[in-house]
Amino acid sequence: MNVRAMALIVALVWPMLALAQGFAGLGSDADGFARPAPDPQFDFPADHGAHPAYRIEWWYLTANMTGPDGTAYGLQWTLFRSAVAPRDGTGWQTPQIWLGHAAVTTPDRHFATERLARGGIGQAGVRAAPFEAWIDEWRMTGPDLGMLRLNAAGPRFAYDVTLRAEGPLIFHGDGGYSVKSAQGQASYYYSQPFFALHGVLTLPEGPVEVTGTAWLDREWSSQPLAADQSGWDWFSLNFDTGEKLMGFRLRQNDGGHFTSGTWISPDGTAVALAPGAFRPEPLSRTTVAGRQVPTRWRVQVPGRGLDVTVEALNPMAWMDLSVPYWEGPVTLTGSHAGNGYLEMTGYE
Amino acid sequence: MTGPGLIALAAHWRRNPLQLFTLVAGLALATALWSGVQAVNMEARASYDAAAATVGEGRFDQLLPRVGDTIAQTQFIALRRAGWQVGPVLEGRIATAGGSLRIVGLDPLTSPGGMGPANRDGAVDLTRMLTDPPLFANAEVARRLEGLGGMTVVVTPDVAANTAITDIGHAQRLLDRPGAISRLIVARDQPLGRPPLEQIAPDLVVQPAQAGGDIGRLTDSFHLNLTAFGLLSFAVGIFIVHGAIGLAFEQRRGMVRTLRALGMPLRRLMALMMAELTVLAFVAGGIGMVLGYAIAGLLLPDVAATLEGLYGADIANTLRLRPEWWVSGMAIAFLGTALAAGGSLARISAMPLLETARAGSMVRGRRTRLALAGAAGLAVAGAGAAVWGQGMIMGFAVLACLLLGAALLLPPALETMLRAFQRRASGAKWQWFWADTRLQLPGLSLALMALLLAMAANVGVSTMVSSFRATFTAFLDQRLAAELYVTADTPSQAAALQAFVAPRAREVLPLLSVPRRMAGNEAELHGIRVGPTYRENWRFLAGDSALWDRVADGTAVIVNEQLARRAGLWLGDPLAVAPGLSLPIAGIFGDYGNPVGQAIVSDALFADLFPDRRATRFGLRTDDPDALRRDLTEVFGLDAGRIVDQAAIKSFSLGVFERTFTVTAALNVLTLAVAGFAILMSLLTLSAMRVPQLAPAWALGLTRRELGRLEVIRAMVLAAFTAAAALPLGLALAWMLLAVVNVAAFGWRLPMFLFPADYARLGLLTVLAALLAALWPAVRLARTPPEALLRVFAHER
Repeated sequence: MNVRAMALIVALVWPMLALAQGFAGLGSDADGFARPAPDPQFDFPADHGAHPAYRIEWWYLTANMTGPDGTAYGLQWTLFRSAVAPRDGTGWQTPQIWLGHAAVTTPDRHFATERLARGGIGQAGVRAAPFEAWIDEWRMTGPDLGMLRLNAAGPRFAYDVTLRAEGPLIFHGDGGYSVKSAQGQASYYYSQPFFALHGVLTLPEGPVEVTGTAWLDREWSSQPLAADQSGWDWFSLNFDTGEKLMGFRLRQNDGGHFTSGTWISPDGTAVALAPGAFRPEPLSRTTVAGRQVPTRWRVQVPGRGLDVTVEALNPMAWMDLSVPYWEGPVTLTGSHAGNGYLEMTGYE
Repeated sequence: MTGPGLIALAAHWRRNPLQLFTLVAGLALATALWSGVQAVNMEARASYDAAAATVGEGRFDQLLPRVGDTIAQTQFIALRRAGWQVGPVLEGRIATAGGSLRIVGLDPLTSPGGMGPANRDGAVDLTRMLTDPPLFANAEVARRLEGLGGMTVVVTPDVAANTAITDIGHAQRLLDRPGAISRLIVARDQPLGRPPLEQIAPDLVVQPAQAGGDIGRLTDSFHLNLTAFGLLSFAVGIFIVHGAIGLAFEQRRGMVRTLRALGMPLRRLMALMMAELTVLAFVAGGIGMVLGYAIAGLLLPDVAATLEGLYGADIANTLRLRPEWWVSGMAIAFLGTALAAGGSLARISAMPLLETARAGSMVRGRRTRLALAGAAGLAVAGAGAAVWGQGMIMGFAVLACLLLGAALLLPPALETMLRAFQRRASGAKWQWFWADTRLQLPGLSLALMALLLAMAANVGVSTMVSSFRATFTAFLDQRLAAELYVTADTPSQAAALQAFVAPRAREVLPLLSVPRRMAGNEAELHGIRVGPTYRENWRFLAGDSALWDRVADGTAVIVNEQLARRAGLWLGDPLAVAPGLSLPIAGIFGDYGNPVGQAIVSDALFADLFPDRRATRFGLRTDDPDALRRDLTEVFGLDAGRIVDQAAIKSFSLGVFERTFTVTAALNVLTLAVAGFAILMSLLTLSAMRVPQLAPAWALGLTRRELGRLEVIRAMVLAAFTAAAALPLGLALAWMLLAVVNVAAFGWRLPMFLFPADYARLGLLTVLAALLAALWPAVRLARTPPEALLRVFAHER
């Protein structure tokens, strides 16, 4: 997935690590951490598991769903791994920190909660086969990545859903090597955007049966961001044509942008978009948690005939967690109809 | 005009250095006592805050093991993976050069309070926590830790005294307890769908946030007691200041008139006087703060020891100079000056320019009416507080009204009494004596009020403390009747232990307990073996003689006063002790110092209700505790630490209370000394003005020596009257403390005992204080040169 979570992790771990040089800290020196290299050779299922030699990594799932009455919902399940040192082990002093985020969005409400754990004691971790990613009682498990059961709960919501992949894995960038800045920062990045979902959301007023689609992102790196990047806007869009689009815009301090995207055909053929081909543009903003956040966008990919308005299902989908950001489901109108997820960080 | 005005004002003090001394000393003493007590309170509270911030005691529920003191780390993981949001705590002690030190290990990622005081500075560096975890401790502890070598210590002032906080992994290594956790802190927010505790960790119990030792609540009463003392001392001091300022302003009326006649505007004059008072308040307040700091330094070790013994609160033994303490201390000095001077300033400002500037023109009738009106107002306020107020605050509000009202009533009461004596007096000398005493009364009344308050406080507090001691000693005899208490490690060892001691001890008393919710309250259900020990030693607040038989055959339950009061239950009411079993309450026993409600059934019934609970603690009755103890350690092989000597517990508990008494006794002596000082100063100031009144008596044949003797007798008579009035007041004070404040603070009422010998001694002390205070002025009077007395007639005043 994206950049979003990267900086999220950076922002989260950053004060803890007391890296005075800010985002540049991650770019400056890999401190013995492994670095992504071009032309990756993935080894599955092992690569679905954790890569402790890299500084950061995540298992990031978002879903667009509808209830029996047609109400739209969104959910998020994320497990982040952040290494203090490039090694694994057992015991309290294992230098791996795990962070879980879970959220449910309805048209008028948004619930979000988080969990923290350290590695080495069994409270959180990821096993490649049979697949299990967990933090506390939140779990994403299955015989492999094609068939998963996913659950999470907070004080006012819970969900328990099953996911079945109906298409292949998608590799972003150059065969899974995804460049994040003009200076060459990069990560390994692949997705499973073809999940069919069914299950139950538990809301304060009771359980709701839901069906829908889900999108899982896998990404790991050690120095994914450039020093002058201040925030990003990330889109994962599902079109009624069966096509999908992943695109992000990294905002630079000088007002410029670095954009990247992948166009996914219904059969799973993925094409990296040329630089500048993915064109997001904010249309209107909402005041959320005291900040102005763009919750209505125009997104264009001229070469694909795409010109849609992306609108938040619930503009107040603010993740009020230890590192706050905006993340929620969106609906599409214009040249293509559909839905998707939007994440935005760095809006002060 | 300002310069000469200032010189004129200052000249008064130059001519009356004693008055200046009284004013400054009174204000300084008042400020000192108030701020000293405040400093002790603040230090203690800061220590509780630090302790609470360390592990969140009192703020969060906690999970504790049912048996033993260790939770396996795997159980923590199992709970987390079931959705329970809990954070692990490992606690233990390590030895350092300065004594043993509490090590608290926390997990910064899951602990609901983070690393407690350590994360407040943003100093928790996760990289370091995971690679080279430091210890967080205050400066004193840091020094001790560094003495051990090989420790990285981050000095964090807010960490509780005698404690070091570190990462739990590091704590496990330091304490050599790998994989061990002492308890789990339960976060307030828990996810939906969390399974019940019994399903995940049946051998853990929830200790609710409140019952765990909400130190603040428990110690509130103690601090309110101290604060009340501080306020009382302050009130006594303000009486002195009020007297001194009142006198000075009365004497300066002539000067004021002159200055105004010379053209100084009243407004400027008032401003100058206020400026003068401000300077005096500043100086006296400063002296008071220094004295207060000294008092606090003297009291703090005892207070710290008391609180630690009573409530297990670790209190730092050193004072820190807190800015809020300085501000509140100086504020109280200025407030006190304003209170004391307000009336005098108002009278000066209202004085007609041409009024005769006669000093001492106190209008007695108006004063008496004012005092009566004030007392009535206070009585109404006190009654209001009693009716509408609640708990401890109400208790103290009523106390304040009672004390101040009584103080205001004292002068009219004394006046009435003196008039009665005057009517009955035979002979001119004694008639003159009583009449003259009445004349002195207005000048002495403030000092006498101070004496009244000091003596009443003495009576009240010594009654409370002695009642407490008498009750508590009896209670210890009841609760700790067995000579030895032993604890087995496991149920199987307990069985072997029981078999071993059966032929060696006179009586074996298994002690069973289980935490339970009863009548809507968190409480404990205990099982005991009814036998001679309980029948002979236990005393009940309420209950019939046959209650032990009913408890023994399982048809009744006895409860402690805390449970009875909280649940609103009394004799005969049914109490659900277990699902499906309600038993009538046959007796209610006093359970002093225990914060938790308790219900007791027979051990047989307890075994039926909770078959999986086996006793591991036993009380042993024996005539030769030393021999039994030897047998237990040498023959049976029980760890000596598992045997507790009843005498040791008793002496420890009594030692704790002795400490409390030391603190109150010290404050008692201080208040009495301040009152004595007030009398001395009043008499000294009066003696200078008394020459014109005494001259005629001298001229009619009373010797100066006789006059001096009468002066001493007068002081003692007034003190004796005051002491007599203070006795009922003090008893009322004691009653409020025992029956209202204590019930509100602890949930139990202390029986009140009377200690006539103590009161007699206190009365004598009071009269003695008056005697000592009167001695010097009397001697001065006796040595007044006849020429001075004659001059009175020459001046034909």
